[in-house]
Amino acid sequence: MKTSDCDIVIVGVGGQGVILISDVLGRAAVKAGLPVRGAETHGMAQRGGSVINHTRIGCRFSPMVPSGGADVLLALEPAEALRFGHYISKDGVALINTEPVLPVSVTMGKSVYPALEDLVAPFKGVCKDVKTLDATVLAREAGTAQVMNVVMLGALSKYTPIKEELLLEALCDVVPKKYLDVNNRAFQIGKAEVE
Amino acid sequence: MKEYLLGNVAMAKGLLEAGIGLVAGYPGTPSSEIIETLATLKGDLPFHVEWSVNEKVALEVAIGASWTGTRAAATMKHVGLNVAADPFMTLAYLGVGGGIVVITADDPFCHSSQNEQDSRRYAQFGAIPCLDPADPGEAKEMVTYGFELSERLNVPVMLRPTTRVSHARSGVEVGQVAEIHKGSGFYKNPARRVSLPVHVRPLHIELLEKQKRIEEALAGTPWNRLSLSGDHGVIASGISSLYAQEALLEMDLDLTFLKVGTFPAPSDMIRQMVEHVSKVIVVEELEPVLEEQVEKAARKYNPDLEILGKESAHIPRFGELELLAVRNAIALMEGLASRSGQILGETLNVLPHRPPGLCPGCSHRATYYAMRKAFGKNAVFPSDIGCYTMAVPMGTVDTCLCMGASISLASGIRFGGEEKGICCSLGDSTFLHGGMTGLLNAAYNKARITVTILDNSTTAMTGHQPHPGTGFTATGDRTEPVSLEAIAKALGAGFVKTVNPYDLEAAVETFKQAKDYPGLSVVIAKQACVITAKRGGQKSQTFKVNDKCEGCLVCVDFGCSAIEFAENKARINPLCSGCGVCARICPNSAIEVVK
Repeated sequence: MKTSDCDIVIVGVGGQGVILISDVLGRAAVKAGLPVRGAETHGMAQRGGSVINHTRIGCRFSPMVPSGGADVLLALEPAEALRFGHYISKDGVALINTEPVLPVSVTMGKSVYPALEDLVAPFKGVCKDVKTLDATVLAREAGTAQVMNVVMLGALSKYTPIKEELLLEALCDVVPKKYLDVNNRAFQIGKAEVE
Repeated sequence: MKEYLLGNVAMAKGLLEAGIGLVAGYPGTPSSEIIETLATLKGDLPFHVEWSVNEKVALEVAIGASWTGTRAAATMKHVGLNVAADPFMTLAYLGVGGGIVVITADDPFCHSSQNEQDSRRYAQFGAIPCLDPADPGEAKEMVTYGFELSERLNVPVMLRPTTRVSHARSGVEVGQVAEIHKGSGFYKNPARRVSLPVHVRPLHIELLEKQKRIEEALAGTPWNRLSLSGDHGVIASGISSLYAQEALLEMDLDLTFLKVGTFPAPSDMIRQMVEHVSKVIVVEELEPVLEEQVEKAARKYNPDLEILGKESAHIPRFGELELLAVRNAIALMEGLASRSGQILGETLNVLPHRPPGLCPGCSHRATYYAMRKAFGKNAVFPSDIGCYTMAVPMGTVDTCLCMGASISLASGIRFGGEEKGICCSLGDSTFLHGGMTGLLNAAYNKARITVTILDNSTTAMTGHQPHPGTGFTATGDRTEPVSLEAIAKALGAGFVKTVNPYDLEAAVETFKQAKDYPGLSVVIAKQACVITAKRGGQKSQTFKVNDKCEGCLVCVDFGCSAIEFAENKARINPLCSGCGVCARICPNSAIEVVK
């Protein structure tokens, strides 16, 4: 029996705004009257490290998405997509921002960052669909690279059981008023990109 | 109305709805957001909230408030309870005035901790009730119940969330801030407030006699639920009950199920279950607290019962549980196939690691560089708990044991016979938490060591909480900042010097002087945390690499993530905070300010 309507795993690097995405999803789910659960990375792991966030919409159980259980893997960074790739379900969709954030070992010249194809290829055949988008460039089109996470949220909106109005209402609740326009633009650009 | 709340925020709201009069704590992942939330929400509300200097102090402050009849709580992470264990254990004998709830957040899998001890053992040890929430909603409800129970039975109550409750979110019903449960003041009652042997002997007996009533009270709470069904059963506590329930539903198994949310666990429900089934699996994280209680019941009511759990290796005694592990353990009991997760081939090997590390421009990096330069890499560098623990690759973090231990370890290493240079380091907040007594002891016993206080004027690791050195309280009120220099001198250090670690040459020189000092020396490396400096809008210079770069890697080996290396040349990326230390260490003057 299915125990959750939509399981979403959001991954990235500390500071990319992973928590904002899940906060918007969760608030929108509460507005929709759906049970919702989330789990976040705090503390030591945040300092420039890999970050993972679980959000389960229409779920009354634990906040943790099991391996092989994610209906959507939303990756704000391509290497992190692969690092947490085992969360995706066979029927799941991976949405991957193609802009890398280089780990220190790479910038120091001590290890090599893989080619984008090598990061995306392992998803082919193990899940329903893989979509890549250059969310960082799209965010700049919206106004600033900082809204990259909201471009990704816009792309994700197509795959959640929550109405767009509620997601936008929740977005309005969490971003400062003066940045609302650029965030709304980013959301629409991200959504259009996967349509 | 429902709000999408973090577990810690939900507990903070629970404290307000319970009419809390005082909350005290020390920051520690995963507990910190409880007090942060209360400090933000305080406004004109008439309760007292504080960051105490450590958990022992926090609990004692809470006990003092309770003994005036006011409801009080202390918050901490699991290892914080070790620090607070002294007042914790005797409090159970003496009892409360206003209710006391001790919130201690456990961290299975050590996401951000030095061990994964199970606080339920402490509750057992102290003979007090423990509430083990499965999610943020339960955690919030348990707060109010905890105070009522504490007052009814005259015992402190432990509320024990884990990381996946404290840092989980869910839709939680939020109510009104209640009127403060304020007492009428301290009243004298030596028989219950002074722990003389003659007083505590009967109080110990009273506490033991109270156990039956504690268990009866807990059994009737909504967090313990039994549904009798099949001949096999599952007993699970806290968040593990959610994994178990989901696993049973997913596999469509109709087993007898007992959800446990309190300790001692409900013995009558356990008895009913044990009599009803022939086989049971006990699902809980970390210690076999529940399993032992089930074994005890089985000896009495069903000696033939087959009990699976830690002992049978179905459920690990370490780390976190998750759905698949629990599902497969139950499947194994039922003779069903296990389910594996997704596997994406062998490709993971190509991924570069991305461990957490010091921020670009972090002054700890500069301090450790200067320390190593002065002491040499073969010196002994005991360290402590904070962001700086992540500097292990620099070779200046040789030990990390518990809060403030660096200084006492350094003393012991010296007296144990180590003759090389010894330079220990700990943060400002850690020093004020647990390092001062170690420094006093080192001075008193004439330890020839150097103590470095990495003073970034905040508690950075846990989210930048203020401490007595910052001049601000939890709510942002001004208070007199204490001088670390004055404390070090007062505690008996003969050599005390403050240096700005960004001024690298001066820092190296200071460390050399400290190393040569024939006694206890203290170096205070003072520079604001780069994160707080950036938030404060501090503008700084930017740097670039010029043609003189010979690709010698000296700056790259410094390990700052703002320095990149490609095509045999160094390069400064936009992460640069402008500290300028790399420009000082470059042997070719190849790093310069962008004019």
